[in-house]
Amino acid sequence: MLLNAQVQLGNLDYAIMIIYVLFVLGIGWTLRRYMKTSKDFFQSGQSIPTWITGLAFMSANLGALELVGMAACGAKYGIATSHFYWIGAIPAMVFLAVFMMPFYYGSKARSVPEYLKLRFDERVRCLNSISFAVMTVFASGISMNALAKLLNQLLGWNYHFGLWICSGVVLVYVLKGGLTSAIYTEVLQFFMIVLGFAPVVYLGLQDAGGWGSIKTQLTQVASHPAALNLADDASKTFGANAWTSAWQPLLAGPANNPMGVDWFAMVFGLGFVLSFGYWCTNFLVVQRAMAAKNMNSARNTPLVASVPKMILPILVIVPGMIAVALMSMPNKDYRLPQAQIDSSKYPALTAIVQQAAGNPPTDAAALKTLVEKLNKAGDVGFNSAKVAELIKTSDAAQLPAKLQDAVANDYDGVILSLVKRYCPMGLLGLALTALLASFMSGMAGNVTAFNTVWTYDLYQAYMAKDKSDAHYMWMGRFITIVGILLSIACAYFARMYNNAMDIIQLVFGFVNAPLFATFLLGMFWSRTTGTGAFVGLLGGISTSALVHGMTLAEGKGGWLGVHLYNFPSTMAQNFWLASFAFIACFVLTAVISLSTAQKKTNDELKGLVYSMTPRLTDTGVAWYLRPAFLGTILLIGCVILNIIFF
Amino acid sequence: MGLDLRIPIGLMFSLVGILLAVYGFMTKANTEIYKRSLDININLVWGLFLLVFGVIMLVFAMKSAKQSKPDQQ
Repeated sequence: MLLNAQVQLGNLDYAIMIIYVLFVLGIGWTLRRYMKTSKDFFQSGQSIPTWITGLAFMSANLGALELVGMAACGAKYGIATSHFYWIGAIPAMVFLAVFMMPFYYGSKARSVPEYLKLRFDERVRCLNSISFAVMTVFASGISMNALAKLLNQLLGWNYHFGLWICSGVVLVYVLKGGLTSAIYTEVLQFFMIVLGFAPVVYLGLQDAGGWGSIKTQLTQVASHPAALNLADDASKTFGANAWTSAWQPLLAGPANNPMGVDWFAMVFGLGFVLSFGYWCTNFLVVQRAMAAKNMNSARNTPLVASVPKMILPILVIVPGMIAVALMSMPNKDYRLPQAQIDSSKYPALTAIVQQAAGNPPTDAAALKTLVEKLNKAGDVGFNSAKVAELIKTSDAAQLPAKLQDAVANDYDGVILSLVKRYCPMGLLGLALTALLASFMSGMAGNVTAFNTVWTYDLYQAYMAKDKSDAHYMWMGRFITIVGILLSIACAYFARMYNNAMDIIQLVFGFVNAPLFATFLLGMFWSRTTGTGAFVGLLGGISTSALVHGMTLAEGKGGWLGVHLYNFPSTMAQNFWLASFAFIACFVLTAVISLSTAQKKTNDELKGLVYSMTPRLTDTGVAWYLRPAFLGTILLIGCVILNIIFF
Repeated sequence: MGLDLRIPIGLMFSLVGILLAVYGFMTKANTEIYKRSLDININLVWGLFLLVFGVIMLVFAMKSAKQSKPDQQ
């Protein structure tokens, strides 16, 4: 998230920021009276109204990194990014509401790992809770590092000051109000984001001449994406609708869409395995639904969340598309953000370019070597299509400008570049507070999920079994402080070892990929045994690691030294890897379950498995509030959206 | 949980809305600072919108507090 120029905040901007902080602290302070038992602290006393749990459910995932990342994808891939929403999130959320929530909420489990313990055994819970606990700490560390960096680059705040102050605010309100605080501030953050970014998107749309004009511009961009550094190969062209249609470029094959993904990987890998795996099993989001006041409310939570989720692409993906359209209009004087080359690097870069000009690279491998040399000398990333062009320049005076133009786009800066372009003092404060809010509520969400899993699934399960409720409450508060300190440590770690962080996130990807197979079999097939689930999970995790180790994509993977296949993009690799992991886990779990004895009796499985649980009758609930009805409406809405943007 | 979330949401957005609108009104004659927002006095317009949103939230909160006073936990 590199930003070239700082912005000047006025008193009004700071006032808005301070008002927000005071309100979240005030919410935490007011809620402290209601934190009497550990159930209040970890589960909000299961008393939260549906609209709040629903908005929090969606908002827990709408962290700042999601905002920044989706705008980046909007610029890189166009409207196809909406697949993350319309075939990814929504069907998974409907499935969770209609089919899975009855078992989570009905089983009286207090967390997702605890459900696994009830359904399978300690081993499965242990594997899930430890990996989840570590993952939440890292996720919150990564996001806090991004926040502190952003405050440093944008506002000139000291990195350490920004990191500790923001963490301190989160610490205070989570300590005071527990999960309720986190949920309430997530809802507040949701409104901040919508109301803070909507005017920016509106102004961007106006500036670019409306949606029709943006589509026309993107059609031109698609015919020569390398002109805007959107492709690495100067001769690359896409079909006219590559940025503006969600399905046609996908169906035309990986070479015809900027994502480089085939439709099967998209539908099965992303739409089924990854999305269902995230939305239906990740305790961070499921915890919100489990805090609802009754079964119907818990089931409706993901459905309430689906409504804003469905229209969110306007707020998060469209800005990226606006940015690309603006850049292709010369009179708008806009450029996708880039890292700036330090002026002291030019002599070294010029020398490399002049040397290459005498001996131009003849094939892709030689060009790649040249680009890597330039990257090292300039301490930035270069776009290879522009570099290939650049070495033909004979005029040395033009070289610095051409070199700067050849720097790869910093897509993560898109959203902020628009905020800076359109916001006067006042609105600027609102938009930046919205961003700050989403970073902080992201941390709070991770910390509350972490303290619950730690206290119930690790501490109570393995260290201190029969202590008083007050003791677990104390532990929850104590581990909240520890969790925040660990997050801060992770933020520093992420700041220093960027590459190590990439590897850690990769490993989490391996761990999460097969999870949904375990839940699917566990909930809907009573024959699934603990051993089957445990071995299946391990098998799925190793499968995804193996696939990653034996395939290549954009130079990534292949660390086993065997290259069986070359994926057109890392995204395709990621989707396929998840698909293989899911299938391996599914098959292994099924086969081993059939050959091992079921240790759980039918009575123990009641409320945990579909066939052993009495059908839920939605009597007493108006037909239009029943999950099955609402879910159907939402799915129809998704189909319509997919048809409109086909 | 005892606190009706609509109250803090309503209060906060009303407050921010008033601040933006007042500032927007004071800078009405200043075309320079609104060049970037395409010559729209976005602070005034959006401030008023936020105020309306905030007030609606408060009205709903007050209504439900009146209705369910006896059985409120």
